[in-house]
Amino acid sequence: MLRLPRFKYLRPKTAREAARMAADLGPRAMFVAGGTDLFPKLKRRQFDIETLIALDFLPRDIRNGSIDCVVGAGVTLAAASRDEHLTQSFAGYAEAAGLVSSPPLRNAGTVGGNLCVDTRCNYYDMTYEWRKAAGFCMKKDGDICLVAPSSPRCWAVSSSDTAPMAIALDCVVSLTGPDGERELPVSALYRDDGIEYMAKQPSEVVTSLKLSAHRDTRTAYAKVRRRGSIDFPIAGAAVAIQLDGDRVVRCRIVLSAVASHPLEATAAEAFLKGKRVEADAIRETADIAAKPAKPLDNADLSHFWRKRMVRIVVEQALLEATTKTPGSKVKLLGQPQE
Amino acid sequence: MKQEVLREVERVVLALDVNGERTELLLPVHKTLLEVLREDMQLTGTKHGCELGECGTCTVLIDGRAELSCLVLPIQVEGRAITTIEGMARGAELHPLQQAFAELGAAQCGYCTPGILLSAKSLLETNARPSRDEIREALAGNLCRCTGYSKILDAVELAAGRMS
Amino acid sequence: MTPNGKFGVIGKPLPKVDAVAKVTGRAIYADDMLLPRTLHCRILRSPHPHARILSIDTSAARRIPGVQAVITGADLPIKFGILPVTQDERALEHEKVRYVGDPIAAVAAIDEEIAAAACDAIGVEYEVLDAVMSIDEALVAPKDEPIQDYGGPHNIHKLVALEFGDVESGFTRADHIREDVFFFQGSTHLPMEQHSATATYMDGRITLWSSTQVVHYVHRALSKVLELPMNRIRVIGAAHGGGFGGKTDPFAHEMIVCKLAMMTGRPVKCTLTREEVFYAHRGRHPVLMWVRTGVTRDGLITAMHFRTALDGGAYGSYGVASTFYTGALQTVTYDIPAYRFEGCRVFTNKPPCGPKRGHGTPQPRFALELHLEKIALDLGIDPVDLKQRNFVKAHTRTVNWLRVTSCGLDECTERVMTASGYRNREKRPGHGMGFAISSYLSGAGTAIYWNDMPHSEVQIKVDRGGVTAFCGAMDIGQGSDSVLATIVAEELGLQPADVRLVTADTDTTPIDLGSYSSRVTFMAGNAAIEAGRKMRGMLIEAVAAKMKCDAAAIEVGSGRIGDFSFEEASVLAEGRFGTLTTAGSYTPPKIAGPYKGSGVGPSPAYSYTACVVGLDADARTGLVRVNKIWIAHDVGRAINPLLVEGQVEGSVYMGLGEALMEEQAFRKGLHKWPSMLEYKSPTFLDMPEVETFIVETVDPEGPYGAKEAGQGPLLPVPPAVCSAVYDALGVWIDEVPVTPEKIVEALRRKQKGEPARFGPARFPTIPYPPTIKVEPPPKDLDRAAAASI
Repeated sequence: MLRLPRFKYLRPKTAREAARMAADLGPRAMFVAGGTDLFPKLKRRQFDIETLIALDFLPRDIRNGSIDCVVGAGVTLAAASRDEHLTQSFAGYAEAAGLVSSPPLRNAGTVGGNLCVDTRCNYYDMTYEWRKAAGFCMKKDGDICLVAPSSPRCWAVSSSDTAPMAIALDCVVSLTGPDGERELPVSALYRDDGIEYMAKQPSEVVTSLKLSAHRDTRTAYAKVRRRGSIDFPIAGAAVAIQLDGDRVVRCRIVLSAVASHPLEATAAEAFLKGKRVEADAIRETADIAAKPAKPLDNADLSHFWRKRMVRIVVEQALLEATTKTPGSKVKLLGQPQE
Repeated sequence: MKQEVLREVERVVLALDVNGERTELLLPVHKTLLEVLREDMQLTGTKHGCELGECGTCTVLIDGRAELSCLVLPIQVEGRAITTIEGMARGAELHPLQQAFAELGAAQCGYCTPGILLSAKSLLETNARPSRDEIREALAGNLCRCTGYSKILDAVELAAGRMS
Repeated sequence: MTPNGKFGVIGKPLPKVDAVAKVTGRAIYADDMLLPRTLHCRILRSPHPHARILSIDTSAARRIPGVQAVITGADLPIKFGILPVTQDERALEHEKVRYVGDPIAAVAAIDEEIAAAACDAIGVEYEVLDAVMSIDEALVAPKDEPIQDYGGPHNIHKLVALEFGDVESGFTRADHIREDVFFFQGSTHLPMEQHSATATYMDGRITLWSSTQVVHYVHRALSKVLELPMNRIRVIGAAHGGGFGGKTDPFAHEMIVCKLAMMTGRPVKCTLTREEVFYAHRGRHPVLMWVRTGVTRDGLITAMHFRTALDGGAYGSYGVASTFYTGALQTVTYDIPAYRFEGCRVFTNKPPCGPKRGHGTPQPRFALELHLEKIALDLGIDPVDLKQRNFVKAHTRTVNWLRVTSCGLDECTERVMTASGYRNREKRPGHGMGFAISSYLSGAGTAIYWNDMPHSEVQIKVDRGGVTAFCGAMDIGQGSDSVLATIVAEELGLQPADVRLVTADTDTTPIDLGSYSSRVTFMAGNAAIEAGRKMRGMLIEAVAAKMKCDAAAIEVGSGRIGDFSFEEASVLAEGRFGTLTTAGSYTPPKIAGPYKGSGVGPSPAYSYTACVVGLDADARTGLVRVNKIWIAHDVGRAINPLLVEGQVEGSVYMGLGEALMEEQAFRKGLHKWPSMLEYKSPTFLDMPEVETFIVETVDPEGPYGAKEAGQGPLLPVPPAVCSAVYDALGVWIDEVPVTPEKIVEALRRKQKGEPARFGPARFPTIPYPPTIKVEPPPKDLDRAAAASI
């Protein structure tokens, strides 16, 4: 049986207290909410820690204002995927939450946790013994990148399903640090680096996610993975699109699992803005969106094929957002049927 | 690299509510619920296939919802209602799902069966008459290598019909 | 059987005898056992695919508090292996490691985390050797040294070359000759339960509880390695969490816990981690295949030449048998008048391959079915018609001497054709249907080691109305215990639940060779019938004496024997005969052909399967969604149709996994993804509806006519998937798994005017030995025997 390493377990009552503990203890302490990402990685000895700081206090409610919807970071992905307000007003977000891993993991995994989920690489998400045999990589215990040995940086892949959608929706996270609180757009939460993939301070706790509804904004998330469940995304596209009639007023397209951070397809967004939503424009937008995606050979299936799929998921998400009723699911082939 | 074994073990006294029975235990805080159920409480009906959240074999119910006991610490679920396969039957009387699984041959090697039964129980408590596709969605975190899933779907449908 | 000729319990969809134990979590699997004072064992494994061990330093590990014993290869130097000809494994290697995961040292400690830390503290010095990771690399001179010190040339393990009938003149007779190359990727069993074993040693005796399919072979191997007589070793099969062939070898951890128990005087348990299960492996061999077939204008086969190259991994395992199996069963579905087979297995620095569901036959079945589809297209004949024209007939001998008895190929084909609407299917791009057939053994006709003993034995004890059946057979979830109980119940007029079972325990049960090669229903079933009929005879005789009537007038059924309840009858019989025990045994008929290697392939009966797969395939993405599978299986007789359907559906599932996603892949000498996340096993959402048809041909030698259901139905699924992909998109994917990227690449080639296929380009040059020519069997070989049945 794979087992967890020994650790001390702290249970602060507030986010401020948690942040102070984290600041005091430094890198040998980590936060734990749902544990669905952290515990497997601890069992594989991907982190050396002495202390876990529990985030049990995180709010687990979804507060709907007239414009804003504030989702507590402790809300489970299952609850978020089924919440009536979210499925109606932020269909893409609910859809992304409902496509994370598998049902039992969504019952434990949280909204905050999925935003902070560690970057992944199939040279890194392996047991200690396997990594020792392969030679340790720079993300843990080693000094080179095994997928791109001549590269000075780590190419682990951002694998959150909800983060791209949160960026596409201009969401804002509330952070609590040892000295105070601040808000940060989700788009500013990440860095393009496989190791230092988050821009927040390690001691800052994500306490909530604020979604804002623009009228006429339609959203959709399309995800590719090998199986209908359990798997992380190997390509995904989150789309939020605001229409005036059939003309695009505003559009955000953010890709998952093709870089070390959620990758915004800015050129494609600019291209589609002002255009009418029709098949040719969508296809061309998808082509442009796929260009900056540079998947490497460190996730399931070949990177050539994953690159090809970026275009498809963008197209799927745009089609779904613009032609289907909110909340309905367009399924890729190989995905579960309705 | 593996120095953590030399570290001191933090132990906690926890009162766990498992299958309606409250038990106080002195536990290393880093021991998962899976390990505690099997090794400290002799509830070996909860099986394990990967201990990494990838197979669903160790599914238990926490306040009625299916979660993976390999990714849960007992300290996180103190005071919450934990249900394992041992808590499914009422006395000697099988739960309708257990009865249907037995009748229809939905358990072959039986190793994934406890986890699947609990996932199905959780489903039927929120959706009394699920469609076949809804059953598939609800059980999609539980792998089975023997059955090809057909008989499991049949059994959940049969039990749902009998229960409602 | 009741007097009116109807069965009492045979053919009824009754629950399995262990169903309640399994649905309540009360079945005790190997890892559920925790004896008092148990020590926990972890194994240190090689981080190198190929290296010499220069030194092992266990001193730091021994100093860790809680560590009770540390052993290395020097403590268990005797080699073992499942086949007598390849005794090439050690429980722990101290001279050389041959794959990442090869066991080197083992620790017993008071808990598992201490044992794991102690393993990490063991220092091993290696001299790293060049690793051989492919068939091509294994066929040339190694840079450093061969992986094993036997076989050859280079890293070749085994070479076979056989010819049955006159192949050259067969090709001369052909109107059309076609050659194709195929590749079947390796895959692993992935049982949900990780292997686990617990051993105790007391008063000079070892007891081992293990998750194994073959208590008998483990028993033999332990005796050899531990240097203890078999009567000092007891092996008990715990409730079993899935095998599929993956627990059919004796394993290192089984030897290790015994040795550690002998050293420490305490129970020792070892449960492999999921990653270690990928290294224990013995799974599907990756096989490269070349096939050349001659046909007449009407599509009748005149000759076939089949070549295989198996990537065996680092050790022998079942490999010699696997090699023969890649050439054996082509002839039991199609009438091939002249047949030549050349096989080769190589060693590579990977976990050893062995038997996985279908053992060595799904790979050639895949090649053969697609090859015949292509021939049909060449000739402009419907592929189903072409295959049907060549179907073997019941009660014939194949050119390689395999004896076919009952054969339901035609009926199976018609069932799936009708149900699927294959012949009238809508032809539209992106949608396709594919058809394939297969056959499998109902038990291997020869044992793994040469002996004249029965392959299965059953004892029945009746005492105060209670019936207990004893048999060494191991229920691995397929329901062999239920089959035994059903047969005994049938003979004694009872219900299966009335029969207590004692199985898979080498101290208390008579021999059964184990749950492999789909042998248990056929062999243990026949033994149970024999024992059951003897017991029935004694009960009837006692009742007839009491009733003062002729034994022939006594009816048995519904819990009664004549005028008496079963319990009353058993008291009468015990009074008349003393202790009521009977025994039955089964030895397969000696039907192997007169040539070396003829022991692989013969079976007392063959099951037959036909399958249609309906799917959508998307040209832009290469994604495939299987919508439905129709499968008809000739099981001979369904002892319990519920269990047969379960075996068929489970086989379809595993075949579909292999067809679409499962892959034991390696990168830089390491298993690429030894986890259940990255090794893709289909989920509930990836499995289509399956419509199963049971076909009963009532085999003359099977128990009540039964054959097998556990393996054969896997075989047609991969080729049917590929055939359906061709039907949908017009490209051949000549290898599994059929991943979306392969389909996209094949479509790209098609668009460029290149051959519309993805698959291996060529078959390597292999130094096959001179071909042994075997005369086909005489036409009337089995006529006398058939008449006597």
